[in-house]
Formats: sequence, C-alpha cells, structure tokens
Amino acid sequence: MKRQIPLFITFFVGTLLIFSVFIPPMETLGENFTLFFDIIAVFAFFLGAGNLVRVHVSKLRKRKADWGFSIVTLIGFGFMLFVGLLKIGNPGGIAADVTAPGSWFQEMFNYVINPLQSTMYALLAFFVASASYRAFRAKNREATILLMAAFVILLGRTPLGMMLTAWIPDSLSIFQIPNMAVWIMNSFNLAGQRAILIGISLGVVAMSLRLILGVERTYLGGDDSG
Amino acid sequence: MEHFAVWVAAFLTLGIVSFLYKDNPWYKLSEAIFVGISAGYWFVVLFWDNIYGKFWNGIFPEELIDSAGNVVTREPDYWLLVGAVLGTLMLLRLIPKIGWISRWPLAFIIGCTSGLYLINYFSSNMMRQVEATIMPLVGHWVLDPATSQNAFSAFSGADIFSNLVLVIGTFTGLVYFYFSKEHRGAFGGTAKVGIFFIMITFGASFGYTVMSRMSLLIGRADFLLFDWLGLVR
Repeated sequence: MKRQIPLFITFFVGTLLIFSVFIPPMETLGENFTLFFDIIAVFAFFLGAGNLVRVHVSKLRKRKADWGFSIVTLIGFGFMLFVGLLKIGNPGGIAADVTAPGSWFQEMFNYVINPLQSTMYALLAFFVASASYRAFRAKNREATILLMAAFVILLGRTPLGMMLTAWIPDSLSIFQIPNMAVWIMNSFNLAGQRAILIGISLGVVAMSLRLILGVERTYLGGDDSG
Repeated sequence: MEHFAVWVAAFLTLGIVSFLYKDNPWYKLSEAIFVGISAGYWFVVLFWDNIYGKFWNGIFPEELIDSAGNVVTREPDYWLLVGAVLGTLMLLRLIPKIGWISRWPLAFIIGCTSGLYLINYFSSNMMRQVEATIMPLVGHWVLDPATSQNAFSAFSGADIFSNLVLVIGTFTGLVYFYFSKEHRGAFGGTAKVGIFFIMITFGASFGYTVMSRMSLLIGRADFLLFDWLGLVR
C-alpha cells in the first residue's frame, strides 16, 4: 500500500503525459501538470526553508563551532521574509511587484546577492587556473588534445589571439586563431556535443521508462516507515 | 543610501575574495549572509510567483479591463486545488507516523518529469540531432530558376571536410558511449577516434568556462576599482 500507490501515481501520470502528445484534446495536460508541479515546488521549498531554520537553530542551541554565523544566516533569512512577504520598503506598496526597482527587497538582490554570487563564481577562476595547471601537463594524448582545444578557444576569444595571428594572409585566414576557434566550435566540438546529447537523450528515455514502469524505485526510499 | 549600499557590496565582495588567503571569519560572515539572504529571496519570489500568481489568482481570478474598457472576468481554475493538495501532502513528511503519504506528491513529480522528459528528449534532442547529422556531404540539389530544373551544387572542399568531421565525430562519439560491447578490435579503434572528438569538446567547454569565470572576475574588479574606489574613470 505504502509503495503501491506512489508507483501507480508515477505510472498513471507518466503514461497520461506520454499519451497526451498523441491526442490533441489532451495537449494542454502537460501545461496543467507543470502548474501543479510549480505549486508543489513551493511546498517543497517550505520544507527546505524549515530545514534551514532547524539546522541553524540547533547549531545555536548546542553552541557548536561557528554558531555566531548561524545568527547572521537566520537574521538574513528572516529579514528577507519580512521585507519580501509584507513588501516593506516597496515604493508601490503591497499591490506592487515584489521585485519592483527601488524596493528594499530588490536592492538586497542588487547589492548583496548579486555581488556575493558573482564573486563566488569569479573566485572559481583562480581554482580553475590551479586545476588546469595540473590537468594541462599533457601527460597523454587525450590530455594534449584537450589542452590544444582549450588553448585555441581561450586565445580565439580574446584580442590577443587576433594580434598573434593577424600577419597570416587572408588566403590562409583559417589558420588565424579566432577563425580556428570558430571552426573547432562548429565542427569538432559540435560533433562531440551531438554524440553527448544523443547519449544523454537515450539515457533519459531509458530512465524515464524505468521510472514509469516501476523498475526504478529508489526515489521511494529504503523503508516503509515513512 | 546608494553610497552605503556600494560599500556593503564592496565589503562582501572582498570578504569572499579573502578566501584565497585562507578560510577566515570575514569569508564565513559573507557566506552566512549569502545563505540567509538568498534562501529568503528565492522563498519570497517563489511565494509571490507560484502561490499568489498562479494558485491564488487562478482560484480567485481578478477582473481585468480590456483595451475597449470592458470588464473581462475569468473562470476560476479549480484544478489548481489538486496541486495545492499534493503540496500540502508533501508537508506530511514532518509527521513521522503518516510521513509515507509525502511519497504521493513525490511520485506525481517523478511521473510528470518522466512523461515530459521522455517525449521532449526523444523528439528535441535525439531525433533532431540525428536528423541534423544525416545530411548531404558533398553537395545538394538546388532549383535553377532559369531552367526550372534541379541542378547539383557541390560544396567547397572546406565544407565537405567539416561535414565529414561532423558525421564521423558524431558516429564515433556514440560508439565510444556504447558500453555493452568491449572496446576491442575495429570497434575499439572507432571508440578511440570518438575519444578524440569528445576530448576536443571537453577542451572547448573548459575554455568557455574559464572565459566566463574570467569575465565575472573582471566584472568584480571593475566594480571595486570603478564603482567603489572611483580609481578608474
């Protein structure tokens, strides 16, 4: 019962959506189900947010290492809920869009989330540089090919690439680094991408069938206790 | 106010950058702020977009006024209640005794994703990619307007070479991904050619990733030097 109902729901919903493609009056079913999906996602987010609060409150109570930073996280989270759900500091009031320009909520995005997020990603440039040093030592044939392709693409997308090979006559322009980068992208890279995409698609189709037919059941968890 | 906000952004930016030295309290503070603020941000956005925008407005639709000034009323979409009921069932995970019911909305999501992905991936990714690969290699027929007859138009040498690369690369790449047969003999040789193409693809993707990270880094440096310190004009 605890496992059979979910298996039936998966089978029913999955099969219905597949059939809806072949039956024109049922075509909107996919859109409706996606809408349900969006609503369920918010409830899942309730669980996630509750978990975030629970973890940090527990850390605070037990005075675990770095518990002070949990206070910062909880204050930040609470402040955003307060400002966003009640639309405090929104020039248009409660009727306006929550992300209206000039609202406190949007300013927090512009001056806190955006700088933090982009700096986090920018920081990866340094770690990528260190990782690429290790990977790019051309230890074998495959690594050498990867190195050459990456090098040409990197140079081809910068003014340096053009400067280095600007002397090559127009009749041999394919050997100019920016043109080589475009050619690699449109032929060798495209071929590899296509093979990967077709492989992924076959995998997704196989996994979807396994889920719909109930062969794959790991999403139900290991036990029946809940 | 904006001046203060720029200082806050600079403080947080430098806090994250300080991780390059080592894990330190400034970085941890910036990280804690990021976790709390961004979780709150996405919670609020999802609430207004999905719960209010899609669910509430679907059940209790507002009257709209069209361009002619007529009041347009929409029918409530009570089907959305199914989504809300499934969402509420998801919260039953918090009650251990009946927590197993939370598998129902999960099963719905899994079924929904499987059904949609099966068709979408099969038609959009697989069939279209295969279709695009099965193409004329050396030339194609073009309608000649003078004679109203089809005439064969050959591709240039470079185009023929690129087309061959595309077809051979896709085929050998797929052979490489076929693991049900041992990669030996002619099959293994073909798979080795496939690795060659896949390595070029990884190299290109790597190059692009490095470029995007670098442009973000330049963006942050630009912010610090231009917006915050005002050193670069």
